[in-house]
Amino acid sequence: MELLQDALSWVLLTAGGLFVLIGGIGALRMPNLYTRMHAASVTDTMGAMLVLAGIMLQAGLSLATIKLVAILLFLLITSPTSSYALASAALLAGIRPDAGQAADHPADATAADGARE
Amino acid sequence: MTVLFGVFLLTLLVITALAVVQTRNLVVAVMLLGIFSLLLAINFFLLDAADVALTEAAVGAGISTVLFLGALALTSEHERKRPGRRWLSLLVVASAGLVVVYATFDKPRFGDPDAPVQRHIGPWYLEETAQDVDIPNVVTAVLGSFRAYDTLGEVFVVFTAGIGVLFMFSAPRPRSGNGSLSGSTSEQSGLQDELLLGVVGRLLVPFILLFGLYVQFHGEYGPGGGFQAGALIAAAFILYALVEGQQRALEALPRQALNALMIGGALLYGGVGIAGMLMGSNFLDYSVLSEDPIAGQKLGIILIEAGVGMTVSGVLLSVFHAFGARDRIR
Repeated sequence: MELLQDALSWVLLTAGGLFVLIGGIGALRMPNLYTRMHAASVTDTMGAMLVLAGIMLQAGLSLATIKLVAILLFLLITSPTSSYALASAALLAGIRPDAGQAADHPADATAADGARE
Repeated sequence: MTVLFGVFLLTLLVITALAVVQTRNLVVAVMLLGIFSLLLAINFFLLDAADVALTEAAVGAGISTVLFLGALALTSEHERKRPGRRWLSLLVVASAGLVVVYATFDKPRFGDPDAPVQRHIGPWYLEETAQDVDIPNVVTAVLGSFRAYDTLGEVFVVFTAGIGVLFMFSAPRPRSGNGSLSGSTSEQSGLQDELLLGVVGRLLVPFILLFGLYVQFHGEYGPGGGFQAGALIAAAFILYALVEGQQRALEALPRQALNALMIGGALLYGGVGIAGMLMGSNFLDYSVLSEDPIAGQKLGIILIEAGVGMTVSGVLLSVFHAFGARDRIR
């Protein structure tokens, strides 16, 4: 039972790590701000959820698990909100989400990326 | 493993610092500084300094980012190119850095049991805390009781900084009515048009306040205390101000209340010290505050931590409002 829990926990943690990695690669490789945001959002949805679930299995039924659930809820509320705020600010700053657009203004893009982290 | 992770984080720290120096866009620099603080907080946590990590995350990554952005909103987002002898400054910085690196050769190995920290006064604190103060978090005991003079000094430094900023920013400006914030600029502030941000912001404020109070009053048992709690409570009100506009935030917690918090916290800290003197012991000796010396120590620590929290939150909020009340300079 213990072994099963540990193994499942590590599977979740590794999968979460993979999603974070994919998000990171996407944030680097995607052509413009909105697609980059889309790629990076994998990090704080699937990545964070899987990693937190893995840690919860490590912690077992304890106070730490309740705190982890609170962190998860907090992340699930705040990260879409910050994505929304970022996209809305980018739109306000005049970056158009055009499909054919290769790259947006480099200065704006780095600014937005900084805010994203 | 921990050492490897620490080295990795420190490398990232250096890269972030170089990026901060490199960029000319100051908003980018502020965001990178936030990342820098978070990395530093993780580093502190790796070194088992959870209290410091909490402070660094709350103040460095949270509030100072907001204050920097507030300052940038008043000036310009782009760094001006400065002509001058950059080689000279590079030389000075590089030689100072080399001196610091040279000094580290004399430091004991990480986690060395024979290091002065582990042999000199550290064990004494660990023993005396269990005997004299009887609280689980030794950091709070050291900060609040054994080295209460240092903490008193820190509180007064924060207090003085707050007073300084208020003096700088209270230069005469057109006032309307009875000295309250003039309505014309502040009515547009806040995010009334952004429904989603407003809802989520309003939803989070009470929880941040609750967490701040938890950190304040749980500081004897876990990581936390007045500095961290003050920053968190200030962050809650800053979020409220960002969502609802400065006017509403000032209605909820007016300037007079902020001044009272600033002054009251510092006075409370000093007052506890003087109470110890009046009851027949030394300044900031809490043992005499109650019949039982241990209960007295606990009471004293709770009171001075409350003072620290009041002053820190009062100062941070005052500085935030001072930035927000100014019109754009350019």
